[in-house]
Amino acid sequence: MGEFIMENRYILGIESSCDETAASIVKNGCEIVSNVVASQIESHKRFGGVVPEIASRHHVEQVTLVIEEALAQANMKPEDLDAVAVTEGPGLVGALLIGINAAKAFAFANGLPLIGVHHIAGHIYANALMQPMEFPLLALVVSGGHTELVFMKEHGSFELIGETRDDAAGEAYDKVARVLNIQYPGGPHIDRMAHESDEAVKFPRVWLEEDSYDFSFSGLKSAVINYKHNAEQRGIEVNPLHVAKGFQDSVVEVLTAKTLRAARQFNVKQVIAAGGVSANKGLRKSLEETFANEGIPFYVPPLKLCTDNAAMIAAAGTFMFEAGKRSDMAMNGRPGMELVSWHK
Amino acid sequence: MIWLGIDTSNSPLAVAIVKDGQVVAEEVANIKLNHSIGAMPAIERLFERTKMKPAEIDAIAVGEGPGSYTGVRIGVTIAKTLAWTLKKPLVGISSLKLLAANAALYNGVICSIIDARRQNVYAGAYNTTAGLTSVVEDGHYSLEGLLEKLKDLNVPVMFVGHDVDLFWESILAQLGNHAVRAPFTLDLPSASQLIQLASQQELPDIEAVHSFVPQYRRLAEAEANWIKEQKGQ
Ligand SMILES: [Zn+2]
Repeated sequence: MGEFIMENRYILGIESSCDETAASIVKNGCEIVSNVVASQIESHKRFGGVVPEIASRHHVEQVTLVIEEALAQANMKPEDLDAVAVTEGPGLVGALLIGINAAKAFAFANGLPLIGVHHIAGHIYANALMQPMEFPLLALVVSGGHTELVFMKEHGSFELIGETRDDAAGEAYDKVARVLNIQYPGGPHIDRMAHESDEAVKFPRVWLEEDSYDFSFSGLKSAVINYKHNAEQRGIEVNPLHVAKGFQDSVVEVLTAKTLRAARQFNVKQVIAAGGVSANKGLRKSLEETFANEGIPFYVPPLKLCTDNAAMIAAAGTFMFEAGKRSDMAMNGRPGMELVSWHK
Repeated sequence: MIWLGIDTSNSPLAVAIVKDGQVVAEEVANIKLNHSIGAMPAIERLFERTKMKPAEIDAIAVGEGPGSYTGVRIGVTIAKTLAWTLKKPLVGISSLKLLAANAALYNGVICSIIDARRQNVYAGAYNTTAGLTSVVEDGHYSLEGLLEKLKDLNVPVMFVGHDVDLFWESILAQLGNHAVRAPFTLDLPSASQLIQLASQQELPDIEAVHSFVPQYRRLAEAEANWIKEQKGQ
């Protein structure tokens, strides 16, 4: 190594695990060449959440358009690519299948290798698009479907050290938003409301066992519901801003404290946040301040790389490609796919 | 002129390559294998066996539904992605017409049936005397409603499709000796038949491929409920 310059790698990423149809081209696993996301949020709003059948129908309408746009923005042709990476799971199975079958057909027609990527590996590798990942590393993955602490001793090595035992953090946000009659998607609204409030309702922090890195948010959600009911029964007006801040304070404090304890115990060189809820301003601020005090580098990708996108899938796919990972034409959607290491 | 045909609208899988009006290779299976696992490997096998390259095909035909939502989407997604990246026209054919075409030599009315669960069916009836002209429009019907329409025609009807057996007793009870069961050899969709139907159509513009979508013939449940709610208000 060193005498020759490594060939540039261009990987096309495709993502359709929930309600975004996305395609992106990434160079060498670290540089975004193009990044296209077609969001369906407007279409699902009237239902108060993502309807899987509707999501799948939209993906079919969008999938070739977003891939074409990703190639056009990159000013590239299929033959300029080295491989196609696609989200294999977890996610909504009908939605996953659109990205997967488009990826397979595209790879087959153009004679390109195909790589199935775990969605959460993608979220973690969104960070590789911003700065090199340094190991050992700790990742806090927070989204509508996930709340996990993942320890990585090297590229492609994932060790789950903690996870939610009930609701994911993002799920708790959405449910509390519904209690407060806030339109879907509620997470960003609660975050904004929490910022507008100086006062907070005091809700419990759920720590579980002393040495556990697991999370639980369903009790907190119930506490919010109970608070609202009690207040209503006693004819007291509920201030939604105070509730939002109280709820967010509890979530952020527990996430931050457990991440800090894990970072110390595993003596990591880098802490990263990933997933849709890492776009939350309250959480970002708390983690940034905590790890600045601790002297451990902390990173969180810009907002558009926190939410679902295909650049993160292409980034993770590039590292898998270099590790020799390949999928075949029989790839299926895997809604409950587990995050397993590709480097043992 | 080389055609690739793909139909995964329902549980059977059908793929074929047809060159200048001759079948070069064809595969059909009804083994309840998930189409995401089975369809692309079957297409890959077609090209391997015929020693052709994807870029050699001139047009693609696909079963556009109705049928299994997921099944239809897998076939359509594969077909539209291939058509788009290879820059070839894509022709969609009703999966009901595709079944009816199997029995096109029958002189009279053919009804193709696909199970839509809970005593509902996707069905269409076609008259063979002037090509395959529609006499009961492709759609989502209650079994009862469909049989009433067919009874009103007051002519013998040949039923085709591997789901017909599920409803045969009810069909006989309603139509009596006007009910004719097609031989089982006509019950599965054939991708060469699909190509034959597609080749009779004018080839659409290549750009049209982006807006190609399945013909579900039914609203998603959440959407139907939402519309009902709006009307109720
Ligand atoms: Zn995600």
